[in-house]
This record gives sequence, structure tokens and C-alpha cells, in this order.
Amino acid sequence: MRRKDVLDLDDFTADELREVLETTAAMKEVLARPIRRVPPLRGKTIVNCFYEASTRTRVSFELAAKNLSADVVNITASGSSVEKGETLVDTTRTLQALGADMVIMRHGASGAPYLVARELEASVINAGDGWHAHPTQALLDLFTVQSRLGSIEGRRVAIIGDILHSRVARSATWGFTTLGAQVVLCAPPTLLPIGFADAVNTGLRAKGIVTACPVTVTHDVDEALRDADVVMALRVQRERMDSGLLPSLREYSREWGITRERIAKARFGALVMHPGPMNEGVEISPEVAYGPQSVIEAQVTNGVAVRMAVMYLLAGGRAGPAV
Amino acid sequence: MDLRNPPEASRDDVLEKLILDADGLRRALTRIAHEILERNGGPHDLILVGMRSRGAPLAHRLSSLISQFEGTAVPVGELDITMFRDDLELRPTRPAIQPTVIPRDLTGTTVVLVDDVLYTGRTVRAAMDALLSFGRARQIQLAVIVDRGHRELPIRADYVGKNLPTARHEQVEVRLREVDGTDEVVLLGQLRSGTNHA
Repeated sequence: MRRKDVLDLDDFTADELREVLETTAAMKEVLARPIRRVPPLRGKTIVNCFYEASTRTRVSFELAAKNLSADVVNITASGSSVEKGETLVDTTRTLQALGADMVIMRHGASGAPYLVARELEASVINAGDGWHAHPTQALLDLFTVQSRLGSIEGRRVAIIGDILHSRVARSATWGFTTLGAQVVLCAPPTLLPIGFADAVNTGLRAKGIVTACPVTVTHDVDEALRDADVVMALRVQRERMDSGLLPSLREYSREWGITRERIAKARFGALVMHPGPMNEGVEISPEVAYGPQSVIEAQVTNGVAVRMAVMYLLAGGRAGPAV
Repeated sequence: MDLRNPPEASRDDVLEKLILDADGLRRALTRIAHEILERNGGPHDLILVGMRSRGAPLAHRLSSLISQFEGTAVPVGELDITMFRDDLELRPTRPAIQPTVIPRDLTGTTVVLVDDVLYTGRTVRAAMDALLSFGRARQIQLAVIVDRGHRELPIRADYVGKNLPTARHEQVEVRLREVDGTDEVVLLGQLRSGTNHA
């Protein structure tokens, strides 16, 4: 992989995605060793820069960096100079001056990591920006599906929930379709982004990827579930009630919640995924979330291996020619 | 693995000399299998670890020879040392990582590392470093098909198929039927530029 940053999956080729998935498999083996530490990032400094709350993503990036023998520094907005009014670009320049080789950034504003990536020589990995993208989450979803089902090409993936505010859904859509899967986006009309499906379909054609209707949109959850190999439920945030996008959580749950009766409409043995954190009983019922088809825990475990793979592959690229 | 001198694109300029044919390679492996058993007083607590890529099939061959002689199977592991290399920083992109399979905890075992060519010793250094993640072996030994000299680290082989004095610009290729479809060891020496046009 010859790139400086990982900001979204929209600019990844299928070969690059496969390279990440193969490297992830190797990293999973490292995680199974009695001593889970390998040296490829020895002497590198990685800054975990989280402007938004996160447990699994921040911890999994930190563990991944440490398993690769990097030094890790954590910055959160509270308790740093951000509270004194330092701008994002200034904070970032400070990080560079302190010798950061790689910056992992989570930010509430869509596009913030792009601004930082333009300013820095260091590699930037987007750990979630606003409603826009969360590429490492999508990569771990791809890896989980590939290792459970054996393949991604030709699969049908239903993503159900608050697509409008979901960076996970956007990056996952790019990832799955680039590897030849079909994606069905399903949400209440108020929570479905206008034009996103068309944008992906156009973008895929530009990348030379030809699948019949790679991305489709529906409001009907039964329609979305029909023949689905993978069902991904997204979290519904309570704030959406206040802004009038949803009448009530109960109504959402009745119409779009993934229950045992509903999941039976998907293909037999379909995988159930959720990027977490879950609202059990709202977008997904507990018996599905912890049922035999659920791979939600595997997603979290695979997160460390995927992030190790991305960091390992990014850490090349800026050195001189091979000796 | 001779990564510092990758095979040239144009084979026309390369002089190829046969060092071992299929029978020669078989005899060398048979002798090494006997030497391993003799040195360690039998196959107990032994584990053969092949370094990817060509060390792995060689380790499997040694294991089946040992089970022919002794009637006891010796476990085989496969080790990828990419992440332990000391020249990662010198490469423009990160090399692909192959799976590593170590079948048991190495604590208390005698590990025989198996590789095709011993050259600078840097791959072996990386392999020993990688093995430490799998427990504290009682002893690590090294078996290679060809020792071509030019060591850059204080490392030597315990079992050698053939000692082959070489020049640095030459290459040694161990070809195996599992990977290359044929069993042979060849020395590749480049003709001086211009001589092939004479």
C-alpha cells in the first residue's frame, strides 16, 4: 500500500482492501501468540487524538499501536490546550513538532482529519469524523464478513438504521461495494441521506467496478432483509427524537428494529453486525444481539488486528528507495 | 531468503551453474536428518521450524525423513519473520506478511530452524527474535541447505547441506518442487555487462 493517510475507503482499490484483509489475518495470528508484541513500529510515536468520546475505537488503536511496539500518546479535547482555545491546525502542528509519526484522529466535524492530513507530513488515520467516515470500522466489518462467510463478492449486505448520521454506514458501503458486494440501505425516510447511493454508484463506475446496482435504498425493512447475507444494525441516538426526525423510540423499534422474527427473513445463517454501542431493544433485540448469528463481539476483537494491519502498512511509504 | 539481490528481470544475462541436482538435494537432506537425530539423541522434544518461504517445505521434508528413520513424527512450524526484519525502514512499501504457525509452546524444546540459504545471518537473527514470542526454547539450532558465506552477524549453522564459496554479486537459488516445480540448487552469476553481446 503506497499512501500517506487512511481517511475513508472511497479512494481504496479492491487490491488495497485485499492487502489490508490479508495483513489483518496475519495480525490475528500475532494476537494469538503467548507474547503479542512484534517490532515493526519500534521507535515510532503515534498520537491518539480524540476530540469525541470513544471506548472501543480509542482502546483498540492504542492496543494495536503497542502490539506493534510503537510509543503511544493519548490526547483528549478536555485537559489539553484545546480547552484554552487552541485551533485544530495549531494543535496538529504542535504534535508534528513533538515528533509524531502517525496521528489517529476522531473529530466531531466531518472532514477535520482531511485538514490535518494536508497540514502534516505524518500519516493520519481517520478514527471517525462527524457523519462522514470511519474507515477502520468498515475494514473490520469487511474482515469479519470475509472470515465468517469466506467471501464478500456477490454478497448482499443490509444496513439498517440511522444512515443519515452514520459514518460507519458510509465507509462500510464504500468498502463492501468496492469488493463486489451489494449494499441495501434501509432507514426511515427522515434518516436516509439524499443522493448518497447515487454518489457511490457513480464513484464505483469511475473506479471500474461493475456490479449490477451496487447500492440501493429502501424504507421497507422486510425488503432490505430479503436474501441478505449480512445484516448490520446501526445505533439510533436519542437526540434524534428531540430534533423531530423520529416520533418515538418505540415506533422506530416496531418498524425498523431487528428482532428474531425479522431476522428469519434474511438468508439462513446470515450474520448480524452492530458497530456499537448498542441500544438493546431499540434497533436490535437482545436475543438477536447475543444470538447464534451475532458476530458483534468478533467485530470488537477483530478491531485490534485490523488497526495493526493499517498501521503496519502505512508505516512504509515514506522511506527512500529499496536497498 | 536472499532479498537484497532479487532475481534480475532479464535471465539472458545470467550464467546458471548447477550445484546440487534432485538426488544431491535428497542426499543432503537425508544426512542432515541423521545429524539432527544424532546430535540430539533422538527425536524427543524436537521441533522443526521452517522459515518462509522455502524453509517451510524443507522442514516438512526433514520431518518425514525423521519419522521414516525413527517412527516418531516431529512437529513442524512455519515462521514468517517479516515484521522482525532490520531493513523494513529501507523499503518503500511494507512487504506482505505470511501466516506463522507454531504448533506448540516452545518452552523446554529444541528448535531446529530450517532455511534454504545462509548468507548475512540477518534473517536468522530476526527468526530467533520472533521465536522468543512462543516460549523459551531450551536450545535453537540452525539447518540450511547452502551456506554461502559473507556473514554480517555472529551466526553459524549447525547442519549444512553444502558449503559454497560465493562472490557477493552472485546469487544462490534453492528450487523446490513444492514451490518451483523442480528440485535443484543453482548458482547464478551475472555476466559482465556487454559480454553477452559479444
